[in-house]
Amino acid sequence: MYRYDEHDRKIIAERVAQFRDQTRRFLAGELSEDEFRPLRLQNGLYIQRHAPMYRIAVPYGVLGSRQLRKLAAITRRYDRSYGHFTTRHNLQLNWPRLEDIPDILAELAEVEMHSVQTSGNDVRNITTDHFAGIAADEIADPRPYAEIVRQWASFHPEFAYLPRKFKIAVNASAEDRTVLKLHDIGLELRRNDAGELGFRVHAGGGMGRTPILAEVIRDFVPWRHVLTYCESILRVYNRYGRRDNIWKARIKILVKTLGVEEFRARVEEDWAELQDSQNVITDAEYARVAAHFAPPAYEPPSDDDQAFAYAVASDRAFARWVGRNVHAHKRPGYAAVTLSLKRAGTPPGDITADEMDLVADLADRYGFGEVRVTHEQNLVLPDVRERDLHDLWQRIRGARLATPTVGLVGDIISCPGGDLCSLANAKTLPIAEALLQRFEDLDYQHDVGELDLNISGCMNSCGHHHVGHIGILGVDKNGSEWYQVTIGGRQGREAALGHVIGPSFAAAQMPEVVEKLIATYLEHRVDAERFVDTVERIGIAPFKTRVYGAGKELARAA
Amino acid sequence: MPHERVIRHGRVEPDAWRFVGLDEGEDLQALPHGAIVVPLAVWKARRDALLARLEPLGVWLEPHDEPGEIAADLPRLALVAVRFPKFTDGRGYSTASLLRRRYRYAGELRAFGDIGRDQLFYLARVGFDSYRLPEHRDPEAALAAFGDFSLRYQGSVDDPVPLFRKRAAVEVRHG
Ligand code: SF4
Repeated sequence: MYRYDEHDRKIIAERVAQFRDQTRRFLAGELSEDEFRPLRLQNGLYIQRHAPMYRIAVPYGVLGSRQLRKLAAITRRYDRSYGHFTTRHNLQLNWPRLEDIPDILAELAEVEMHSVQTSGNDVRNITTDHFAGIAADEIADPRPYAEIVRQWASFHPEFAYLPRKFKIAVNASAEDRTVLKLHDIGLELRRNDAGELGFRVHAGGGMGRTPILAEVIRDFVPWRHVLTYCESILRVYNRYGRRDNIWKARIKILVKTLGVEEFRARVEEDWAELQDSQNVITDAEYARVAAHFAPPAYEPPSDDDQAFAYAVASDRAFARWVGRNVHAHKRPGYAAVTLSLKRAGTPPGDITADEMDLVADLADRYGFGEVRVTHEQNLVLPDVRERDLHDLWQRIRGARLATPTVGLVGDIISCPGGDLCSLANAKTLPIAEALLQRFEDLDYQHDVGELDLNISGCMNSCGHHHVGHIGILGVDKNGSEWYQVTIGGRQGREAALGHVIGPSFAAAQMPEVVEKLIATYLEHRVDAERFVDTVERIGIAPFKTRVYGAGKELARAA
Repeated sequence: MPHERVIRHGRVEPDAWRFVGLDEGEDLQALPHGAIVVPLAVWKARRDALLARLEPLGVWLEPHDEPGEIAADLPRLALVAVRFPKFTDGRGYSTASLLRRRYRYAGELRAFGDIGRDQLFYLARVGFDSYRLPEHRDPEAALAAFGDFSLRYQGSVDDPVPLFRKRAAVEVRHG
């Protein structure tokens, strides 16, 4: 993983000092709440329902075991001994004190971490594939590019007061595991016909109240020019994006309003002047950063993998876990393992300090001290030897990290919702919990097969409900909490937005509604078709009929 | 209005400029004597008369004004100012960057309006070199902001060379 040099350390130390002074001035009454707000947001700090909410960056989802132990220690010392992993690789703390944030920042800096630009109207944490560097379908490792973009975007002087937040994702695989098309900029690594590496640049995607899939702005930008191309896009957005209406301020609205042709023309006009910019990436810089992501010391494959095959054949529970939570690795003899953070009784993505320590130990014992955060709110051990899998599984089973439901209905993505988030229209965690309990039966889940169920507490869509095969959105109707359901959304190369099935439901109805949707699918399913494929084939009408035709209580539209 | 204090080139000094057109209902027909800064609309409407005054002249831009509209006249202007009605409206940063880079403006570039200590470092980076803070904000105390960071990851107007090119240079020297 990327390690800071003295320059990175110095910049972060100066940031800590800057924010310490800003916090001091705010507490001393020298900065008003309005003056302080954007400053604290640019350091990841919201003022929330119960306390500040503090968001720590995990750049492109890569965490070292040492860092994870530090996060555990921070949650013990400054919070309530747990944290919440978000859909953008970040870790959120829900109970810190404002006065402590500068100290937390300083502690993070000790392990080369920070919370810079994790909120606010700026360029946010860069996200990428959680299997970066180990995926067999990868064109090249996206992490060096993500790191280079991260450094460029950090403390960018021109883009700290954008109309709205700005999210960049990098994908470098045949599959898309980054929800690329729902980002403000999606950078898709590819080779052109001449075999050169560069990016297809997508822009103008986003979730929120008006979800829009990104458009291709340029088919090929040589990798050296990716910073300058992003700069031009951001400049056009900064100048022309709407600032009068928060719901129309994202770049997606600008691209739609101008039209992709005009938007592209403005970007290209600006970019034409940046061909000789010093921000053009050098070979030396690429090499320097890429060296941090050199493959670890993998062992050559050995012949004693029989034990693994035997365990799979003889232990059904193990085989089931392997089938869902163990993923192909480009090195023979190795696998990536998802440590599921989806367990009944615990909000999706939540992890205790003790569990963080355990995962850090596992990362050292079964890998090279590295952990990944997925946008599905799970953790990944990226480099586990196949012959260690059974051993690992036995250790994590008792620790509630082995729920064998990755990609199934139990692998719920959910934002914190109304229990914690002051922007929420409705609670999400009780819905997630009720669904986890309703679908506790693993045989049922495995029979149903792949099903992404995503829940957001409001239109900000932190729970990615638009791209859930089943999406649930909290809505407010005259002060009470209701839930709107969409089906047919999907992530990946074929990313699509879900369709609303009809009037919203009360919380208590949700397990039954989801069950009926699944029952409809099971009735119509052909062969190994997934839920979302069935929706696409037969349309939403049969699902609607089943759900709303069921009885008056469900038809009680809000 | 004259003799307000401004930050110029890292120091606090009295302001030589008088801004015209900031107050609604201001009489824009009788332009005052001395160094004045007029809004873009006034500049466009009365360009010849303004140039005929033979006194120092500046133009100030709103966030939505296109800096390209004064591009050809930049050699005639001793000051270009960019207004920040709200410090959270970041358009002025791109305006400055364009004036300096695309239009090669080399004269004094001023930020004014709702700006404060915590914006100065970035404002300086995109090419501003003078600042008029609102009266309730102390310019002397704000000077420290220019030292907030000693390194910059990305190239911008103040220093177009990003950190990574400097890293490479250091390595070559050491290597
Ligand atoms: S989707 Fe809404 S409720 Fe959920 S975390 Fe985001 S802002 Fe809060």
